[in-house]
Order: sequence, then structure tokens, then C-alpha cells
Amino acid sequence: MSDISPELVLLLVPLALIQIGLVVAALWDLTRPGRRVRGGSRAVWAVVILLVSTIGPIVYFLAGREDEATPDRASAAPAPDAMDGWVPPGARAVGPTAAAVVAAPAPSFDGPAISCRGLAKRYGGPGGGVLALQGLDLDVPAGSVFGLLGPNGAGKTTTLRILAGLTHQSAGSATVAGTPVVPGGIDVPRHIGFLDQDPRYYGWLTGRETVDLVGRLHGLDERERAFRTAEVLARLALTDAADRRVSTYSGGMRQRLGIAQALVNKPPVLILDEPVSSLDPEGRRDLLALIAGLRGSSTVLFSTHVLADVERVCDRVAILDRGRLIVEGPLDDLLERFALPIYRLDPEPGQARAVDRLVERLRSLDWVAEIATGHDYVRVIVSDPGRAAKELLPAVVAEGVSLAAYERVRPTLEDVFLRLVGRNAAGRVA
Amino acid sequence: MSGLGTLTRKELMESLRTRRLPVVVVLFAGLGILSVLTARYLSEILELALGDQAGAIPIPDPTVADAVTELQQNIGQFGALTAIVLAMGTVAWERERGTAAFILTKPASRAAFLAAKIVALGAVLGIATATAAAVAWAYTAVLFEPLPPAGWVVMTVLVWVGLMAWASVTFLASTVLRSAAAAAGVGIVAVLGLPLASAIPTVGRWLPPGLDGPANAVARGATFDAAGLLSALAGTTAIIGGSTLAAWLVFRRQEL
Repeated sequence: MSDISPELVLLLVPLALIQIGLVVAALWDLTRPGRRVRGGSRAVWAVVILLVSTIGPIVYFLAGREDEATPDRASAAPAPDAMDGWVPPGARAVGPTAAAVVAAPAPSFDGPAISCRGLAKRYGGPGGGVLALQGLDLDVPAGSVFGLLGPNGAGKTTTLRILAGLTHQSAGSATVAGTPVVPGGIDVPRHIGFLDQDPRYYGWLTGRETVDLVGRLHGLDERERAFRTAEVLARLALTDAADRRVSTYSGGMRQRLGIAQALVNKPPVLILDEPVSSLDPEGRRDLLALIAGLRGSSTVLFSTHVLADVERVCDRVAILDRGRLIVEGPLDDLLERFALPIYRLDPEPGQARAVDRLVERLRSLDWVAEIATGHDYVRVIVSDPGRAAKELLPAVVAEGVSLAAYERVRPTLEDVFLRLVGRNAAGRVA
Repeated sequence: MSGLGTLTRKELMESLRTRRLPVVVVLFAGLGILSVLTARYLSEILELALGDQAGAIPIPDPTVADAVTELQQNIGQFGALTAIVLAMGTVAWERERGTAAFILTKPASRAAFLAAKIVALGAVLGIATATAAAVAWAYTAVLFEPLPPAGWVVMTVLVWVGLMAWASVTFLASTVLRSAAAAAGVGIVAVLGLPLASAIPTVGRWLPPGLDGPANAVARGATFDAAGLLSALAGTTAIIGGSTLAAWLVFRRQEL
């Protein structure tokens, strides 16, 4: 070593520092709690960093780290304060109302907010593949809250993604806010807020920066961006987490962030794909209240599997099945037109054998469409209300069953859904 | 290109936050130092490694040309690899993760989405190449002799243009193939294949390796083949522009 000149040693020092620094920095980063790496094995990356000379740390930093996007929904581990979600409604009474948060300018278009004509989508090659959407004709009136229902694979997400410009229709046309939907175009995005079914964001941005980025893309000036960002984050109860990186958010927080970013530009049309799927019951209730509050000031088209949610907030409903529109119309009209009358019988306890005989007898009657039984009730769906009114109670008396209660109940959207889509579809509904 | 400014800002911020920029700059700085040291002390290094046997190998006295050549070779190899690694996931990963869908449901054109990524790639490689060149120039001045800064700057630009060619080919592959690993494979094939094609004189003068000779000469203040430089520059620029244009033509019709 005595042959090495001091000059050489001095010049080698920066090089050695770079080499050691890169390895130490990479190992430090690799061992941080929650660090995710491509390939899944941190031990393998440690070996790469230590043994593959200078290139090891470089490859790790450029290709090995996995923090640029939010984690998968299934693997998202809530941060310690990730459940800081929804404050009790009473405590949030001073917050801005939904209409104040959106307050879209008066629509500058005539006719429906969303219109689809002969919309079709085939995935795969022209000769085969899957026909996900078959000639959809649909109008969503301006200012309405419109629910898009259907079992898995019905074409709901495909429809929404075509409207957002992410998927290209194979045939047909659509307009949003009077603007033709063009694949990859930017005119429709100017008028919409969009929430994807599985929303993903840049994990290295904070929640506030994410919403701000969307505001920038919508051309909001700095002052308006700051105001709107704070407003929508507060409305979605994300203020406390606003300056945390999105990679630390739970699934529910990401979903709320998705709503916040969709609202930042006060869109006249909101398109939401399964907006409440990751929320807890309280979060679901509050978000549905927010959506309901948008009625009149903004048009909301949202898809969901949860029929009760639709009944709570929607004016109109469309039901899709296997890419076809089964029915569309005001919710009350659908219930009126398609729901069969339902009678609920609550037998007194201790009559199991008599109740069984009653059920057998009812099944044999041609005006009984379906019977469902629980441990303390019998639910009779009838196809001929007139005959049911005359013959149901005599049948009960004939079998000697005593009733604690007897009532004609209001059919639900689920009854309509199951009737129109079919019993088999029930199993396909998540 | 709606949203270009915002998306470019986002890309640059991402380069900083994910440490891509600082890491690549540090790597290139190391290459700058290593290149000049290797050129200057190669004989001593061989003596240390081989002992008395080193005397049997005739090693010419180191010159400033060796330093420039060493720098070009190191950045040409490690820099190309870095350019490929930087570009391999630019589009493929965003599409895979769904963040491309997040951005492109906003008023941001697909052209702007791609352009911002190319600009950020160019910025990262440009800053890193400039850092390597600056460090190497200083070491060259100390260990050999100061070279004309203007020529050194021109060499830096030419090296950067060469790296951008590999980055843009990988970028195109990342857009077309939907797999970052496959995109890297295409980039590596390009890095290995184009120099082989350069052996054909009529073809080679239009390819990125054709930049090396003129860049080396201009850095030393020596005369160079201006026509050769222009043809290599035109060919390399065409590769960059053509790859970017092809990426846009593919991406504008892609489903996300």
C-alpha cells in the first residue's frame, strides 16, 4: 500500500464515499417499516444491494422500490390513525353542505346530462371475445341522482369507463354535458368528476397535493385551488390526514380522497363507480347523504351492487344484465310497475307443523309467485293481488294457523331486481 | 397539449420524491470521478493488482484523451443501463397501477402525459450527465490539464443526446408492450444491437455511436468530422423523435 500516492488516496475518497453512501442509503430505505419492493422479497434486494457493486443500489432505487402508487386494496394496511374517518354528523354540522361543496354553475347544455345511443363494447378480437355492452340507449336527466345496477359482468363499469374516456366503445355514441365522448379526448373530462372502481393515486403525494394536482389540471388558479382543496378535504373528513402521503391511507380513506378529487372542479356531472364499496356503515351513510345533497346542482351517475343504497338516494335507476339495459326509469315507477305485491304473515309461536302445512298449501296456488320463510315469518309474493286479498286469509284459517301480524308490505328494489334479472343473477351479485 | 406544465411539474417532483434524480446524479458523479482516475492511474492499479508481472505489459503514459475516452465509455455503458431502467416503467407501471387512468380522466391530453415523461427523463439524464461532466472536467484539470469548457459542454450535450436515444426506445417499448421488464429487454437489445449495426459504415454514421468520435474530439479541442457529427446527430434525433411520436400514436388509442 505504500506505493499508492497520497494524491490517489485523496481522489479516491469521494468515490468511496459515493459507493458506501449509496449502499447505506439503499439499505436504510429497504429496512424502513412498511417498505414494499417489487418481487416481494426484501432479503433478495438486500443481497442485490450488497453484492452487485454500485449497480445494486441504483437498480434498487430505480426499479426495486414500490412506493409510487397506493397499495392494492386487499393489502392496504391502515396506518395507526387510518380509522380517523368520519366524525359524528352532529360534530360536523358546521361543515359546508354538499350543494355548497359542488355548486356547479348552471349547465350550459340542453337535454340530458348523459346520453348513450347504441353504445356497444366488445373485448377481445373482432371475431370473438366478450360482448360487454350491447346497444345501450340511456338518458340521465340533468340534476338527477341516477343509479346504475346490475350483477357482476352486467356492463356497469364498462359504461362508466367509456363515458370517462378510458375505454373505447365498439359502436354507438355518447354525450356528457352535451359534449360528445371521444376516446382520449379532453373535452368531456372538463365537465366531469370521475371516481374509478378501484381508485389509485400516487403514493408519494399527500392527500392535499393529490387534490391540488387535479385542481391544476382543471385550470383552477392558486387561490381557488387552495380554497377548494381545503373545502372538499374537510367535507370528506380528510383534513387531519391531508398532509400525509397517500401510500399510508386505508382503503376507505382512498375512496373518500377519490370523492374529494372528483368534486374539486365543481363538476356539473359526477360519474362514480362503486363509490361506497370500501366504506364502513357510517362512512357509507354520510357519503350517500353527500350524493343526495348534490341533487339539483349536479348530475350524479353511480354504479353499485348495494340496492338499499340506490333506494336511499336515487331518483332514477337503470338495471343492466349481460350488457343489456333491462329497465330504466324513476325509482317509484319501477317499484310500481315491476314489484309484485308482498304479504307478510307473522304466525304466533309454537305452530311449526301448521305453518309447514300452510306453506305447502300456498305453494300449490297459481296466484302465489314465490314464498320465503324465516323463523318467525312467511313472506308471500303474489301475482294476482285481487285473488290474494280474497283467498290468503281463508287459507290461513283453513290450516288453523294463528297470526300475530298480517300486512301487505312495500316491495323493495331488491324484489324488482331479482324479478327482472332473475334468481340466478342473485348469486352473481357481490 | 393540455396539462403539460402541470404534468411535467408532477414528473419532476416524482423524480425528487422517489429519489430517482439524486441517486442517478450521485451515480453519474461517481462515474465522472472513476473515469478520470482510471485513465490517470491505470498503470499504478495494474502494478498493485499484478505485482511484478505488470512490467511485462506495455502501458503507454496516460493522456487527457484517455480521460475523455474513459468518461465516454463509462457513461455510455452505465448511463445507457440507467436510461433503460429509468424509462422501462414510465408508462407500463402507470398503466398497470391505474394512476394513468386517474390522470387521464382529467383535462390532460395523452400527448401531454407522454411529453411530460420524456421531458422528465431528459431532465434527470441531463442533470446527471452535466454533473458527471463537471466532476470529470475538474478531475481532468487537476490530474491532466484543463480542457476548453466550451468543447466539454458540447461533448456533454452529445453524450446526453446519445443516452436519450436509449431512453426513448425503451420508452416506446414501455408504451407498446405493457410490461416494464419487456421494455427493458427491448432497450438492452437496442443498446447491444445498434453498435453492431454501426459496423456498417453507411448505416453507422446515422446511429448514436457515431456521436462518440466527434464528441471526444470536440472535448479535447481537436478537429473532428463535422459531416459525421451532423449525420449522427440527425439520426439520433430521428430515433428520439420517431420513438416518441410512435409512442404517442400507440398510446392515444390505448385503453386504460
